[in-house]
Amino acid sequence: MEKRTISFRQLVDREELFLPGHRACIGCGEALAVRLACKALGRNSIVVSVTGCIEIISSQLPYTSWRLPWIHTLFENAAAVASGVEAGLKAMTRKERRPTPEINVVAMAGDGGTSDIGLQALSGALERGHNFLYLCFDNEAYMNTGIQRSSATPYGASTTTSPAGKMSIGQVTWKKDMPAIAAAHNIPYVATACPSYPRDLMNKVIKGAATPGPAYIHILSVCPTGWRSLPELTIEIGRLAVQTGIFPLYEIENGEYKLNVSPPKLKPVQDYLKLQGRFRHLSEETITEIQHRVDKEYAKLMDKIARRQGLNN
Amino acid sequence: MAKRVGTEVSVAISEVVKLANADVIAAYPITPQTHIVEHLAELVADGELDAEYIPVESEHSAMSACLGASAVGARTFTATAGQGLELMHEVLYVASSMRLPVVMTVVNRALSSPLSVWNDHSDAMSVRDTGWIQIFVENGQEAIDNVICAFRIAEDHKVLLPVMIHLDGFYLSHMIEPMLLPEQDEVDKFLPKNDYPLPLDPAKPVSMGDFAPPIIYPEAKWAQEVNLTAAKEVILQCWDEFGNRFQRYYSPVECYHCEDADVLLLTMGSFSETASMAIDKMRKEGRNVGLIKLRLWRPFPFDEIRLAVKKAEVLIVLDRALSFGGPSGPVCSEIRSALYSEEKKPKVISFVGGLGGRDITVAGFEDIVNRGIEISQKGSEKEFEIFGVRE
Amino acid sequence: MTKSESELTWKDLEIGFIVTEPGNASQYKTGDWRSQRPILDKEKCNKCTLCYIFCPEGCIERNAEGYFEANLFYCKGCGICAEECRRKAITMVEEVE
Repeated sequence: MEKRTISFRQLVDREELFLPGHRACIGCGEALAVRLACKALGRNSIVVSVTGCIEIISSQLPYTSWRLPWIHTLFENAAAVASGVEAGLKAMTRKERRPTPEINVVAMAGDGGTSDIGLQALSGALERGHNFLYLCFDNEAYMNTGIQRSSATPYGASTTTSPAGKMSIGQVTWKKDMPAIAAAHNIPYVATACPSYPRDLMNKVIKGAATPGPAYIHILSVCPTGWRSLPELTIEIGRLAVQTGIFPLYEIENGEYKLNVSPPKLKPVQDYLKLQGRFRHLSEETITEIQHRVDKEYAKLMDKIARRQGLNN
Repeated sequence: MAKRVGTEVSVAISEVVKLANADVIAAYPITPQTHIVEHLAELVADGELDAEYIPVESEHSAMSACLGASAVGARTFTATAGQGLELMHEVLYVASSMRLPVVMTVVNRALSSPLSVWNDHSDAMSVRDTGWIQIFVENGQEAIDNVICAFRIAEDHKVLLPVMIHLDGFYLSHMIEPMLLPEQDEVDKFLPKNDYPLPLDPAKPVSMGDFAPPIIYPEAKWAQEVNLTAAKEVILQCWDEFGNRFQRYYSPVECYHCEDADVLLLTMGSFSETASMAIDKMRKEGRNVGLIKLRLWRPFPFDEIRLAVKKAEVLIVLDRALSFGGPSGPVCSEIRSALYSEEKKPKVISFVGGLGGRDITVAGFEDIVNRGIEISQKGSEKEFEIFGVRE
Repeated sequence: MTKSESELTWKDLEIGFIVTEPGNASQYKTGDWRSQRPILDKEKCNKCTLCYIFCPEGCIERNAEGYFEANLFYCKGCGICAEECRRKAITMVEEVE
């Protein structure tokens, strides 16, 4: 598959492969991300899905919202099923049992299905080096089952299993760094993306799919229902996640870091947090704590990027 | 012309997977199945088998990878045992309900705890209801023959169901036996190419694995059940043709000296061999005993069982698994259930033995028959007899 | 699909309940969900395609004149298009029906 970048005008003529009529919540950031990813991938793709929002909104028997070949089996095995699909295609092509133009094998899972229950299968598939793209649609909790916490839930967020209360600020752990875990497997391509930056997202999907070997893209998916935010602000909130440094957009290509969106000055995290009901209970103190942590993590990331630039000088 | 080999049964199984020209092998090691996946790895490494060998990181992923491979139309194989079978439990239901023709050899192993790598049927019994076609084999020849048949049965368009071949761990998997290994061209003639009718294909996009609300879930399940029961016909035809080509005929139930027997013993797997020796011995002593070897476990062979026990007064079922807190050994429960509505039926006595690899000798089987007869005459306070446990 | 799910018999289902009609869920009218609808001011619109890009439903379509308007069969009224339009050419009005 040739690597190419996308222009918005070109996109309008590209067919929708994840069709309207799906049952996502009003203003769903994840549905948008999936829609854009499918447009970027094109018809020559097979999607391996797992149980979660996307599967539920798009596949109620006897209907399907997918215009791509699509398979859903269980919850924790996106990467394992994708491994089988990839291996099956490879064997059959080699044995001339199937005329196969290169097909994109794309696993799609939520944050729960990736950083919690799906971590083992993902690690195995990455280590084995299958030629596939793994897209983690991160809405930062088990949203489909009713907003329960996952290891991707950010510090201080209130979920139904990490509720804010008299004795708790909500989630007491910091978000698991999935891109770093993916990168630790020494795979050729890792990236973060957000549908608020649609061209960046789609270019990364194209790049990831075209990369020989495993590629991992972590996509922040704003969820108005779970984050308790206004549906019309889904894009703005995603943008703020990037502009505050909470969710920086970067790529790791063969171990080298590259920043894709570089805000000249990071906005305060409060701008992002105040738009979401799941953070409503936070004290000034906790917000400051979050700010410090974000600053620290962002600095670490900048360090990795600078080192790469340093090497290039 | 078939080749007569003296080799370990596990190794021979790998050899027939090679003859079947499998496309994808998902491999995770677990005692006592390891020799199967090891030998397959060698065959692939040496270029003797052209397949994608996926060294997965767990059995759950092994069966998941099989789903993916099968869904694109690849001929798919894996093997497991005991705990491994348990770990892939939820995936088994998916393979059958999504009609994916995966073939798997289960090297029967006892379940923890305590940990046991040795043979019994508790793993097989725990997957009874998963919707797979399940066949128990008695010896090495049966094992390899039925692995070949398994591909053909599974991939048949009238079936399209995954198939499990159960073989006893160590007692069978690690035995060196003389077997007739078919030639490549013979297998090629018998085994058509896998031609899955609705694979994942960008040219013809399909959606596999929708969710089903109550309004439609029962319909989906009933369709699955009808299909599994109907698969029996294809299994019989396959065995028939296999017999015509290779002169070894298999049937759902095999009767050994049953015709005039008053007392019948029923076993599954490798115990059938020892049991038949016990039957031989008792016959020489002039006793009217016979043995039923149950080979086809799912779909359950109702007609064949009912026919086999028609003339008997007593049927003693030896289970190699315990159903804790249940009415009897699991196989015995099924037999009783199958015979319930028969006008004339034997007294069915339940024995459980051989757990965790504990062997039962020829003499042991004689004891079982004798005690079984005694219970049929005098009754018992217990729901079933546990054999061989020291009191 | 000619039959609805409440009419389908077990025989109607494909093997493995595979759905062979790609995208047939698009007969579901999600437009019934909305409580507000987008109205486009063509004077202000510069056909930049942003609303089309950002619609989670993917229901904004380019019409013959080249303007992008939401297909009301699907539009859930989320208001993202109105919020993101840089020209403020889209307004959300309450659905009165």
